[in-house]
Amino acid sequence: MNLLDFDIDRLHTALQARHCSAAEVCRAALATIEQRNPALNALLSILPDRALKQAADTDARLAAGAPLRPLEGVPIVIKDNQCLAGTRTTCASQMLANYMATYTATAVARLEAAGAVIVGKANLDEFAMGSSNENSAFGPVRHPLDPNRVPGGSSGGSAAAVAAGMCLAATGSDTGGSIRQPAAFCGVVGVKPTYGRVSRYGLVAFGSSLDQIGPLTRTVRDAARMLRVMAGYDEHDATSSLHAVPDYLAELSGDADTDLRGWRIGVAQEAFGAGLDPAVELAVRQALKTFEALGATLVEVSLPRLGYAIADYYIIATAEASANLARFDGVRYGYRAPDVTTVHDLYALSREQGFGPEVKRRILLGTYALSSGYYDAYYLKAQKVRTLLRRDFDRAFEQCDVLVTPTAPTPAFKLGEKTDDPLQMYLSDIYTVTLNLAGVPGMSLPCGKSGEGLPIGLQIVAPAFEESRMFRAGWALEHALLQ
Amino acid sequence: MALTIHDVEKIAQLANLRPAQGELTRLAAQMRAIVEYFDRLNELDTTDVPPMAHCTAVGDTALRPDVPHTPPGVEAALANAPEAAYGHFKVPRVI
Repeated sequence: MNLLDFDIDRLHTALQARHCSAAEVCRAALATIEQRNPALNALLSILPDRALKQAADTDARLAAGAPLRPLEGVPIVIKDNQCLAGTRTTCASQMLANYMATYTATAVARLEAAGAVIVGKANLDEFAMGSSNENSAFGPVRHPLDPNRVPGGSSGGSAAAVAAGMCLAATGSDTGGSIRQPAAFCGVVGVKPTYGRVSRYGLVAFGSSLDQIGPLTRTVRDAARMLRVMAGYDEHDATSSLHAVPDYLAELSGDADTDLRGWRIGVAQEAFGAGLDPAVELAVRQALKTFEALGATLVEVSLPRLGYAIADYYIIATAEASANLARFDGVRYGYRAPDVTTVHDLYALSREQGFGPEVKRRILLGTYALSSGYYDAYYLKAQKVRTLLRRDFDRAFEQCDVLVTPTAPTPAFKLGEKTDDPLQMYLSDIYTVTLNLAGVPGMSLPCGKSGEGLPIGLQIVAPAFEESRMFRAGWALEHALLQ
Repeated sequence: MALTIHDVEKIAQLANLRPAQGELTRLAAQMRAIVEYFDRLNELDTTDVPPMAHCTAVGDTALRPDVPHTPPGVEAALANAPEAAYGHFKVPRVI
């Protein structure tokens, strides 16, 4: 049994018909992990005992005639910055190398309550800071199709695990593109929900006004199913929204749902500018033609301030990170520097030794942007520009139902290609960061391959809380590309 | 005004970090390049533009009911402590 032959729909059909048991599915996932993880380094923890017990519970339920829960028996991987009680949650940092979660993140608890079988915890860029997964304290993740390339980041372990068949779905977290960019690089579907759609309780905070947990899956329908389970108000997160959660999956069932007649797809010329790889541009433009063939009308819109998004994002994200990561001080949890005699040495040396280079660089940048004398020039200015970026989206959505852009300017790049120049690494986030600043949802789905056979991702952007539109348009495209 | 090694030392102190002397030059150069890139925001006129700290709309979220609940307790709080004794976190002498 190979999980790459399945998506959740097919798995459920097979489980229902008793063609396979949840235990067999779980063992198949664990066998693939055993075979591929030593080279890919996608998972930091493997949870065979826990997973096999969950699978056995599913089999017992099914034997007793219970109906399938939405994620019954589905092998799932959790990004290792999300807490699962009784297991390690490392954030791929020496700082939390031995941290055992004492509670479970709400989004993860909802997956388990829906029948998911959690097989492992995924590698990531340390504290979700990075675009290549090279910033993990436990070694980089390698691209499942080419070991010399990166899987993207920061949810690179999650994307690689789905693409390699270690699981059928994974959770990621997305602060500036950390779900969508690795999804694009690895050829899977990745969703960054509207800010507030999914509870952040139990997600180790990076940029609190930007972070969202979301799914990575093999198909658009699977992503809709996962989000439906994870989303919704949570009293443990004051920023989680009261908006009702639609049944995203039910909206993707009939042939009529792939008909896009009457839809206006926004295309921003700024998203097709300098720096865009010709193969990516070609694949995205072909997908736009497919949207037209499905009945949609392409509308030219403008995101005039897109060129300022990366600067804006890296001020706000690092400022929030510097505040959030102040909690790691060697006192209550995490790494503690040995042989210190004063409390000041305890703080500074625990942090200096426990954090990796990119995390420290971002803490320094954020501290600078928030420091007296620079606050107005950087942080306050960035907050004002954030308002302008949000207005650009509001204006664009007056003219269209969804926007389409490339997810990343290039396919997966080589390991080490950008590690010496942090600014170059930041620039690869051009199409994704704006959504986090504006709070709107986005999905990356595969739309083609480069000349070297590397996956290319297309991003569909919807107005806040209109994930349904994103799924509809994405499902229609996915359907058409399979024909 | 370009970021100097001295600035990086001062920021590191504020951030409770202690980079090695040998790292300061490289850090200052990297941060200088990034901060210069940040400066492009000055090309945009933001007079009368309100700052946006978050994306949550008024009335979209709720405060939880103000009812007492049982906290996780001392054992859970100390479960990951690098050093603990007598139900407390242990730190070097402060006074």
